[in-house]
Amino acid sequence: MNKILDLLDPLLILSATFMGVALYLIFIWVPTETNQGAVQRILYFHVPVAWGSMLGIFVVSGSSFMYLLKKNEKWDRLAVASAEVGLIFGGIMLLSGMIWARPVWAVWWTGEAKLTTALILFFIYVAYLMFRAYFPPGAQRQRLAAIIGVIGAIDTPIIYFAANLWSQAHPPLITGPAADSDSALGSDLGTVLLISTLAFSFVFIFMVQARYKIRKSEDDVVELKRSSSASAMTGVN
Amino acid sequence: MGSLSIIWAIGRKDLLLEIRNKDVVVAVAGFALLVLVIFTFAMDLNQDNAKLVGPGILWAGIAFAGVTGLNRAFALEVEGDTLEALMLAPISRDLIYLGKALGNFLFIAIAQIIVIPVFAVLFNLIVFRWEMLAIALLTTIGFSAVGTLFAAMSVRVRAREVMLPLLFLPVVTPLLMAAVESTSHMVHGRSWSEMAQWLQLAVAFDIAFVVVSAFIFQHTLED
Repeated sequence: MNKILDLLDPLLILSATFMGVALYLIFIWVPTETNQGAVQRILYFHVPVAWGSMLGIFVVSGSSFMYLLKKNEKWDRLAVASAEVGLIFGGIMLLSGMIWARPVWAVWWTGEAKLTTALILFFIYVAYLMFRAYFPPGAQRQRLAAIIGVIGAIDTPIIYFAANLWSQAHPPLITGPAADSDSALGSDLGTVLLISTLAFSFVFIFMVQARYKIRKSEDDVVELKRSSSASAMTGVN
Repeated sequence: MGSLSIIWAIGRKDLLLEIRNKDVVVAVAGFALLVLVIFTFAMDLNQDNAKLVGPGILWAGIAFAGVTGLNRAFALEVEGDTLEALMLAPISRDLIYLGKALGNFLFIAIAQIIVIPVFAVLFNLIVFRWEMLAIALLTTIGFSAVGTLFAAMSVRVRAREVMLPLLFLPVVTPLLMAAVESTSHMVHGRSWSEMAQWLQLAVAFDIAFVVVSAFIFQHTLED
């Protein structure tokens, strides 16, 4: 049996272990940063989920491209699985970033290039998933969704370039307590970030493969229904 | 027939239809003009802030209005079952794309010929300059390149009126930034060199998306 959730799944154990260690390091082990205070700890979540959402976009565009090339269902399943997980990571990234920016930069949001790029990419992948939800199922939906994935990938460097140029013309307004001082944590910060990033990477992989399996089961159900209705029809005849 | 004459034949067919029923150009121009007019009410305009907000309002209006026009690009073909005929024609798919994109380019460009002078009047800005022509041309090429591809994709989606803007607007954001920023330089009376980076960005966007869309378009029509 191909179970969706297996408690002895090595990936699940790995993600849970790393996440536990990361939580200990973030909340207990690492000292509070002196300039920003406790809010700086958001960084240990923000950076790993940002990495996860980037990974998601990378996998979506890569597997979309492979789908257009090979027309193999597995690339489509991988694309949709990592789009959904990547979007969740992206949402957490945007929210955690805003919660951090408010006390530190004194604004929730600003026109900084990375922020603008992240937000636009977020919208492109919302459109990707909405398109899939609206379009009647079948090979054509997968092909068209793959096109959106590829277009999003081509657009990414252009968006970043434009957002960069734009933020040069309109310097972002950042005035908070830590606007121009770097962190004083040094290597501790690096250690915690590394462990936390590993933990979130395992969570990402675990969620993507779980979603991939569900997707596969969904396809199997559709296939079973089709073949059973086909055999029922031949039975009547 | 050469490639160019095939593209022109498809574009001309759409233009001919448009001249007879005037659906798209009137809708696009009307919508964009309404956006401009509503913003003149929504804001307390004076000579200084008109320069500040005017370019953004102009291009947001044209982008939103353009989506409504692009929605029609393939709707007519599907309603009349002529898309199949177009696909059966012994021509390659990228030429079909370029022909349809040419049609959309002409519609949005004609709508702008109406909208931009009205913008100049409402916002009291001087726009009859070569810079404006270059900005408008580059932006319209990009809009129709991306818009034609996405219109072909979303034509069979339920709620396509919602789907097309959701796909189209985020992807054209860099082009929209380029249009707004270079128009802003222009109304402030700055020289070409100051908007050069933005115009280069628009050129890069146009080249990338015309080429990629023409290449990828075949996948939207396969059955």
